Amino acid sequence: MATMGQFGNDLYSGARSFRFVERRRWWYLISIALVLISILGPLARGGFQIDKAFNLGIEFTGGSEFTVSNVPDTNQQIASDAVATVDSQLVPKISIVGSNSIRVQTQQMTNEQTDAVSVALATGYGVPDTNVTSSFIGATWGADITTQALRALIVFLVLAGIVLALYFRTWKMSLVAIIALIHDVIITAGIYGITGFEVTPGAVIGLLTILGYSLYDTVVVFDKIRENTTGQTRDASLTFGQQVNLGINQTLVRSLNTAVVAALPVAAILFIGAFVLGAGTLRDISLALLVGIVVGTYSTIFLAAPLYAGMRMREPAIKKNDTRLRELQEKARERADA
Amino acid sequence: MRNLIWLAVIIAVLVVGTGAGVLFGSGTWTPKLALDLQGGTQIVLTPKVNDTTVTEEQLKQAVAIIRQRIDASGVSEAEINTQGSSNVVVSIPGTPDKETVARIEASAKLDFRPVLATSGPTNEVANADGTTSTADPANIDPNLPSTPLVQPSNGSDMNWVTPALAAQYQAFSCASEDVQSASTAPVDLPLITCDPSNTVKYLLGPVEVDGSDISDASAGIITTQTGASTGQWAVDIVFDPAGTKKFADTTTRLVGLTGAQNQFAIVLDGLVISAPSTQSAITNGKPQISGGFTQTSAKTLADQLKYGALPIGFQVQSSDTISATLGAAQLLSGLLAGAIGLALVIIYSLIQYRALGFVTILSLVVAAVITYFTVTILSAQEGFRLSLSGVAGLIVAIGITADSFIVYFERIRDELREGRGLESAVDSGWRRAIRTIIVSDSVNFLAALVLFILAIGNVRGFALTLGLTTIVDLVVVALFTHPMLQLLARSRFFASGHRLSGLGHMSLNAVYQGRGRFQVTKSPGVKETKLKSASREAARRQTIAERKAALDAADRGES
Repeated sequence: MATMGQFGNDLYSGARSFRFVERRRWWYLISIALVLISILGPLARGGFQIDKAFNLGIEFTGGSEFTVSNVPDTNQQIASDAVATVDSQLVPKISIVGSNSIRVQTQQMTNEQTDAVSVALATGYGVPDTNVTSSFIGATWGADITTQALRALIVFLVLAGIVLALYFRTWKMSLVAIIALIHDVIITAGIYGITGFEVTPGAVIGLLTILGYSLYDTVVVFDKIRENTTGQTRDASLTFGQQVNLGINQTLVRSLNTAVVAALPVAAILFIGAFVLGAGTLRDISLALLVGIVVGTYSTIFLAAPLYAGMRMREPAIKKNDTRLRELQEKARERADA
Repeated sequence: MRNLIWLAVIIAVLVVGTGAGVLFGSGTWTPKLALDLQGGTQIVLTPKVNDTTVTEEQLKQAVAIIRQRIDASGVSEAEINTQGSSNVVVSIPGTPDKETVARIEASAKLDFRPVLATSGPTNEVANADGTTSTADPANIDPNLPSTPLVQPSNGSDMNWVTPALAAQYQAFSCASEDVQSASTAPVDLPLITCDPSNTVKYLLGPVEVDGSDISDASAGIITTQTGASTGQWAVDIVFDPAGTKKFADTTTRLVGLTGAQNQFAIVLDGLVISAPSTQSAITNGKPQISGGFTQTSAKTLADQLKYGALPIGFQVQSSDTISATLGAAQLLSGLLAGAIGLALVIIYSLIQYRALGFVTILSLVVAAVITYFTVTILSAQEGFRLSLSGVAGLIVAIGITADSFIVYFERIRDELREGRGLESAVDSGWRRAIRTIIVSDSVNFLAALVLFILAIGNVRGFALTLGLTTIVDLVVVALFTHPMLQLLARSRFFASGHRLSGLGHMSLNAVYQGRGRFQVTKSPGVKETKLKSASREAARRQTIAERKAALDAADRGES
């Protein structure tokens, strides 16, 4: 693909340039719209109750547990079919306990459903009704895990903000990197609320992975922008916005390549998980990851970098310099035209 | 070259480490899998009979404490939840040993009580005529006064010993079932109990200090006053200010007493694990518990004390193996999907970077080898278990690892565009790329570290995977990818800018004409490009000039 190399060359030299910074208000609008949809979508589904807005897995909510003892055949498919006869939307967690018992865990059911599943399980395995017991089980991902994880996240965000502010020598880069991160997490979480995909611990872990990816992606592009706007490689004839825009364009091939390379394996998992296996852990994890990778790449280019440029361009010193440069550029253009 | 040798050393150490684990320990050649993929053991804990009223709050608390205890023993991806209204279910991958079960089930209720009296473990009474008889608990006269005649002034006051209590003490046998109920005895009354081996019977005063006043506990080896190690294990306790005060008051009082009353009983789950005599008052709030500990039992008790006592005593109701909740189908599909994804990545890299794509693939292979063996060693040594989400996390790591190569390659291309020779472009591209790679990896590593230290449960397993892949990324890009490129830059194929090298002149504007000589061709949209000098510096200036011209052109064209 010589064209991709040529594309990279043109982006590098500035011969071809996408106006990410100039049109930033459009990108802001798109991001605001996406964030609003991601918040309002789940709200429309279930209001302010988190367990209604999201389809939380039994790891978070607890649920019903059935134990079928002394089964002649430990085929797990029978249990899966039995649950499906009562509610085909339920995805049960089935395991064999000991040598001849089956444990089936599902989301919380009504009393009628519980009875129906018990009967279906007994019939399916060909055992008397008395061999099936049911009970309520609590969450394995309890409030204590969530609290600790949130606490850790806040500590991380504060530390990361400080580290980035020190490295880039401006708190503004650090702030917009964190804004982009929150943007990505809200949109990724929103997809779950809107599609109703089950939120499992796997999905939460996926969301955490995205958090890392999003920040990582932003840092890589910001490092090039920092190089363009400060130091020796700085081109003094460009306005601040142009310098930032050049940085985004120069790293665009890298951004695309990284996003594709990261997304390909995840897309493969999502495809196999969703279309070959149907619902399950793989689908739940890979959805978060795929959406997060796409949104994370998008937000770096279209949100974080333009936002940074916008913030810095308001600084009086930069504003003054930019006005001067724009006049010079205008004159040079007129000369060239003449 | 030295870097490649270091890399070989690292891989050799990992392989030998894993091999040694297999030969001499409990290690394996493959990582251990978590509950969802491999199954494990399901332990149902039920409250001891005398705790009939269990509140939901107590149960939740018990789950949280058990989780912390399990976390303290390694990254095991255990699942803990409540079942029904009073049971706690703990699911652990693999087969837990006795130690693990004890760690989970013990209530670890620690009390400090003053000793009032001690004697042999039986309820035999020496009669005046030299014979012995057995005092039967059933024969205690119910009319004996059971409330102290004089209100006891402190925990060591012998007024606690009422005639009824004295008779009970005499009739108490360590072999009897009564010892079992000692763990739930009232804290404000005297207690009759024994040591764990049933060799001494104790009559203890009310609780002076209890486990909730402990702020930290750790296992350590007892040292003598001169600092020499005795080789005996003990648990070091640190009290909070309230506990320190209470403990100081009590020990100050006990120093002045003699005989059994000088002793201080350390009561764990109703049994006296140690009853040292009080040599001096302990006012710094840092007592040490000794009493025949091994390294493991000292560590277990320290962990239990640190995370607090369970609000209720539990016993194992059933312990069964459970199969994986995700069938083998899910794991296979996951691995298949991973393989398809990898194949796609390989194809994409080859299209994008031609021959350099092979460097990417080889680097990913090296990263995979290092990750595999590290995960295997972690799983043998630290109890790390790979769950399906963990596998997915590793697959995403492909992206972050490959990104380092992409950042690096693009930097080299940038340097070539600036007009550098290949060898110098590799070196200066590396210097700039490694900065970016280090800062972005540091952020990821920071996330891993914070989550590992602060979070609990499955999140810790994730943090370990993230931290691991981040370090592997740095190691591979520095010790493999960079040296490989340095070597390749010297080869004719790459140095001549072959069009399949991925760094060829077709994809870059500069036509490389041999060491240090360039000709920059016109790029579209640029009107004036004349390169007068063939020197590198001039080529660099020219490209900047080009860039300005192009920017102006672009501005004009679009606005």
